[in-house]
Amino acid sequence: MKAKLTTFARIIRTGMVNFVRNMWLAIAAMAIMIITLTIILFSVIVNATFNNTVQQITSKIDVSMFLKDSVTPAQTQTLIKQLKGLSGVQSVQYLSKAQALQQYETQNAGNTQLLQAIDETDNPLPATVNVKPRDLNDIDQIRHFVEKPSVAKLQSDPASDSGDRREAINKITHATNILRRVGVGAVVLFAVISVLIIFNTIQMAIFNRRDELQIMRLLGASTWYIRGPFVVETIIYGVLSAIISVLIINAIFVTASSSLQATSFGLLDISYSQRFFEAHYWLLLTIQLALGILIGAASSTIATRRYLKFKTPKR
Amino acid sequence: MILLDRVTKTYNKNLGPALDRISLHVEPKEFVIIVGQSGAGKSTLLKLLTREERPTSGKIIVGGIDYDKLRDRDIPLLRRKIGVVFQDFKLLPNRTVFENVAFALEIVGVSTREINNTVPKVLDIVNLKGKEKRMPMELSGGERQRVAIARAIVRQPKVLIADEPTGNLDPKHAWDVIRVLEKINKYGTTVLLTTHNQDVVNRLKRRVVTIDHGRIASDKARANYTSATMAVDIAATKK
Repeated sequence: MKAKLTTFARIIRTGMVNFVRNMWLAIAAMAIMIITLTIILFSVIVNATFNNTVQQITSKIDVSMFLKDSVTPAQTQTLIKQLKGLSGVQSVQYLSKAQALQQYETQNAGNTQLLQAIDETDNPLPATVNVKPRDLNDIDQIRHFVEKPSVAKLQSDPASDSGDRREAINKITHATNILRRVGVGAVVLFAVISVLIIFNTIQMAIFNRRDELQIMRLLGASTWYIRGPFVVETIIYGVLSAIISVLIINAIFVTASSSLQATSFGLLDISYSQRFFEAHYWLLLTIQLALGILIGAASSTIATRRYLKFKTPKR
Repeated sequence: MILLDRVTKTYNKNLGPALDRISLHVEPKEFVIIVGQSGAGKSTLLKLLTREERPTSGKIIVGGIDYDKLRDRDIPLLRRKIGVVFQDFKLLPNRTVFENVAFALEIVGVSTREINNTVPKVLDIVNLKGKEKRMPMELSGGERQRVAIARAIVRQPKVLIADEPTGNLDPKHAWDVIRVLEKINKYGTTVLLTTHNQDVVNRLKRRVVTIDHGRIASDKARANYTSATMAVDIAATKK
């Protein structure tokens, strides 16, 4: 047990020493790893921001039905029940004439003239049923229901919905999907490149020290005693790259968030991106560390495989 | 301690076998000298023992380990039991004498305290006291050879294999090296020494196995060789 600990400590120490000795190779490998991890982190944040934007817009969409004064409470109850039975409906809110008036009054609290005008007449506002769809595309289903003759005859005015905003919303959703795909593609591409470069770096390091490795082999060093330092070295690459990538994103937010906001045409909420980043700081850092360590360890393990085989073909 | 049973090694079928049905038995604590000209198969024999090569056929057992049953991942364990002194030393150029010897202990997980305790003693045995901090480049051939021996014996192996340890040395240094090997043998290590230095063979007065063209030409308990007797032995195998 003690021997194993000693060996483990030696492997880690050797890995660190090699990291310092191969500084230039390390910088080359880390540069590409930092780019990879930064892109990954960037796409995660952009994705979250897009989702947030779409969600915000979706939450504002509803269908409002204005009921005739002649509609009885029983009819209203049936209508609400029917609406709630629809699969695309998330919630149904009923405002009686009095409530509608109250809402109108609070909404226009500053406008005394309007309020006076309303006061003089007998409450002109219809009872209202607000229907919130589960999803953007459920609007069609709700609209279809609302326009059925049996339902339409209960309404004083045609139902209003925020359908005109749908175009814009559709565009954003579409853009998000494309961006997500491009993001995934870029992440995969850079991950592959970074694995290959780290792979190469390690192979160069091994090539420089192949005599030493052969001697270690002949003296009976175990595979992991030889491989361990290389894996430790690349794990250090991963850890440093992860930290640096998080710092880069952090720096971007600190220095450029206002100009980013300006270039996103108000479509995206950059301050949300920043809030998201800050709220999930430790989670994101952990994910980055895990990814960095994974990329580093995997590539060095594979890179050392070839050099560590016993050259004793089976007879 | 070492048992070879009809061991054949063929590198290239067109060239014929490098070793041809070699059988050899070495007792524990024995000191065996293997002689033979370049290309006779001495190095192949040693490479088979350290498992750098696998035999084409035949059985090898060293220190109770049957090589047929040895898995690849157990090869390091085998090599830790065998000390090897290589013809070209194979010292690590960037490490001091002390570190080179300590290295053999480091890789098997010996504690630093024990290393600091053991290495000076071994360096003392090979008469390298006071040169702990030298780099291999600063040493003479004989000194490097003794560093290699120190590294081979520091783990107290049951078997020590020395491949031409006197090959590149002048007679005086060669003799230093041989005396170290004798000392180690006296402490109980089985020694297998290959050489083509007649002087060494004659003064050691130990069992001598002659290899020629991949076969054992002779195996004599206490040989006293001249070029003539060597030639006779070799001639005998050709019949």
